Amino acid sequence: MSLSPNLRIDFPALDQHVGGKPLVYLDNGATTQKPRSVIDALARFYERDNSNVHRGLHALSMRATDGYEAARARAAKFINAAHSAEIIFTRGTTESVNLVAQSWGLANLKPGDVILTTEMEHHSNLVPWQQLALRTGATLKYVPVAGTDAEHGLDLDALDKLLTPQVKLFAFTHLSNTLGVMNDAALLCAKARAVGALTLIDAAQSIGHEPIDVQALGCDFLAFSGHKMAGPTGIGVLYGRRALLDAMPPWQTGGGIVVNVTYEGATWKPSPERHEAGTPNVADAIGLHAAFDYLDALGRPAISAHDHALAMKACAALSELPGIRILGPKPGQPRGGLVSFSFAEAHAHDVVTFADQDGIALRGGHHCNQPLMRKLGLSSTTRASFYVYNTDAEIDLLVKSMRRILKFFAV
Amino acid sequence: MSDLTDLYQSVILDHNKRPRNRGKPPTANRVATGDNPSCGDNCTVFLHLDGAGRVDAIGFEGSGCAISQAATSLMTTQVKGKTAPEAETLFNEFKEIVTTGKAPEELSELAAFAGVHAFPARIKCATLGWHAALEALKQPPSAS
Repeated sequence: MSLSPNLRIDFPALDQHVGGKPLVYLDNGATTQKPRSVIDALARFYERDNSNVHRGLHALSMRATDGYEAARARAAKFINAAHSAEIIFTRGTTESVNLVAQSWGLANLKPGDVILTTEMEHHSNLVPWQQLALRTGATLKYVPVAGTDAEHGLDLDALDKLLTPQVKLFAFTHLSNTLGVMNDAALLCAKARAVGALTLIDAAQSIGHEPIDVQALGCDFLAFSGHKMAGPTGIGVLYGRRALLDAMPPWQTGGGIVVNVTYEGATWKPSPERHEAGTPNVADAIGLHAAFDYLDALGRPAISAHDHALAMKACAALSELPGIRILGPKPGQPRGGLVSFSFAEAHAHDVVTFADQDGIALRGGHHCNQPLMRKLGLSSTTRASFYVYNTDAEIDLLVKSMRRILKFFAV
Repeated sequence: MSDLTDLYQSVILDHNKRPRNRGKPPTANRVATGDNPSCGDNCTVFLHLDGAGRVDAIGFEGSGCAISQAATSLMTTQVKGKTAPEAETLFNEFKEIVTTGKAPEELSELAAFAGVHAFPARIKCATLGWHAALEALKQPPSAS
């Protein structure tokens, strides 16, 4: 079970040169390229079906509504949600997390309650909880990462001590965008459930790479973005258990979410409508539908195996470079489809600029993970993140480019 | 596309490797910090003015890429002995160099940064330390 190298032709953006060299796109943790089928679905919608949803009785509006709701049902199937009403379309992971913080959080948290998250979270799964704690008087606590380079992932002994009955929500990442650490989400959800806490999984980095079954994981909420899984930008999903979503107040109000409005007040529709005020992002939801289809046609177990193998190969090859420090799992250990590293002799921005000259797209910086970088004594790292279209040959090019950089800076 | 040796001139590599005026001078009583939130780079500049309003001591701390470290190092050597308005004039000339790539001859060392203009994403790296220095010049002196 492996991916065909021929699938590169499905991605038009890969067919270009940068700095006179064939593009080697290794910034998939930031956003992935889009297959032709997704681009075509977007164009087809605007060319044929473009209309507003849910309130029109004409042919185009009905087609747009059908397409939008079919995308919702497809999203539910993709993560094995029990019902399509458990899928809320958002702008992306950040908005999904904010929705839970603003709606469930403001309605349910009080002083003395604890929100638990981890030291390895992206700012998008950290800052909303900080703000929520400030507004409600709840306390925000962090599960520490263990090891000098966080190579041991979450400290599970510390987690067990932190999980008290005061914890109302445990929000954690499935796959760290900075470390490449995969968390055992089912285990973490079970531990949280045992003390009566709800769980939210940030699946931004895992959704396009790993098989995900929300019922098997046992989570209460799960957030992801379309653009990191071959889909369009500007569309994402919040999954929530139906009973929770139906009990949560709308976080934004306006049209589309109401049953009855008077000059004095309004009543709300059930989920999903109550959490989608205003005209939704119909076109990108339909584009996302095409991305779900594309990834399932490849097979997520095959995608996962491919991306993990590339990351492990890259980790092993890079570890031989002088002065390199690799974050997260050590060479030979399992890791998600990315590797981030720093050099004693060359700063991440210089590395990224050099690699760009070799046609290689990397990420350099703090990866929206400033507190973790500070804890690890770093200001920035370089990250290579892999996807379905990347190849072993591209890792060889990456390592060759890194050797050239180190030689240049070893003046 | 511009060659990397245009960007990483030997002057820049030298200042990156052997930064001048690194650390806080003992007499410094004005300080300001510049941050580059998109990348995590930061730079703190410390300085002291003599009775005539000229910079007689300057130093910097912080972390960043070769461009930002070298530009800040070189900046300290250029700003020393200057008044605040003179430093500002120098910065405007430096900005002109890094944004247009055109370098007047009399600014020989700063001209090493002309290659930056071909890499627009890196202009903010080259100016980080300058912004901190100009901000420090505006600060009231702390009691020493």
